Amino acid sequence: MTSHIQSYKTLALVLGCLLVLTAVTVGASYVDLGRLNVWVALAIASVKGSLVLLFFMHMRFEGPLLKVSFLSTIGFLAIMIGFTFWDIAFR
Amino acid sequence: MGSSRNDETGKKLGMWLFLYTEIILFGGLFVLYAVYLTLHPQAFIDGGKQLSRTFGLINTIILLISSFAVAASITAVQKKQKKRALGALAATLGCGLIFLVNKYFEWGHKIHAGIYPNSERLLDGPPGENLFFGLYYVITGLHGLHIIIGMTVLAVAMGAVAQDRIRPNRLALLENAGLYWHLVDLIWIFIFPLFYLII
Repeated sequence: MTSHIQSYKTLALVLGCLLVLTAVTVGASYVDLGRLNVWVALAIASVKGSLVLLFFMHMRFEGPLLKVSFLSTIGFLAIMIGFTFWDIAFR
Repeated sequence: MGSSRNDETGKKLGMWLFLYTEIILFGGLFVLYAVYLTLHPQAFIDGGKQLSRTFGLINTIILLISSFAVAASITAVQKKQKKRALGALAATLGCGLIFLVNKYFEWGHKIHAGIYPNSERLLDGPPGENLFFGLYYVITGLHGLHIIIGMTVLAVAMGAVAQDRIRPNRLALLENAGLYWHLVDLIWIFIFPLFYLII
């Protein structure tokens, strides 16, 4: 099975975006937003992660089985982290 | 109706299922991080200040480049550019090696400063700092182990490319090795800001 061929140019462009986002996240860490800093960092990391996932890991070309199963894994993580916070927030 | 001789889709699905278990594994550690960050915010900030941003940033850039390299190696195989594929894989392995060397220096520096699991300095200091560095060693240690595993799998794939066992219609081994490596990069993308950039 020959999957779609991603051009070197596309891959290089993605790398460029990732490096820019890395600079952004470092820059953001010099701006004191209090409790918001963690969320900004996580948001930028999620965008970077999505780029790696969609392009380098080829997810944008994959079928619903992989897309749904991956999102389900993230959903499970969200519950595991979210409910844990729910718990400790009221202790 | 029998099994196909070469099930590229099945091999890929199998790898993704394994990656999901890895996501949950590291996810569990990040749950610990999240809880202890919430309970000891200042100690985590103080702990983060003691980590080298330079090392962290260099390692982040190195891994991003390495992910690009392994993705490029797949493109190269698909375009029947064998030499380029081997070169890209060599670059990926080289990046992994630099990462490990950096990690060696980082850890060495911390251990020399008396910061390591169960050290006197951590036991006598604020509990939050102890938790921060405990998590630092476990998470970056487990991550480093995955770098080594990833490099091993990539080296096997590189050997297969050299022997023409990887072809445009037989990419599974290389693709799967690449997927594992990208996951290692993905995890570091979260480790970097959470440990090195907290303010």
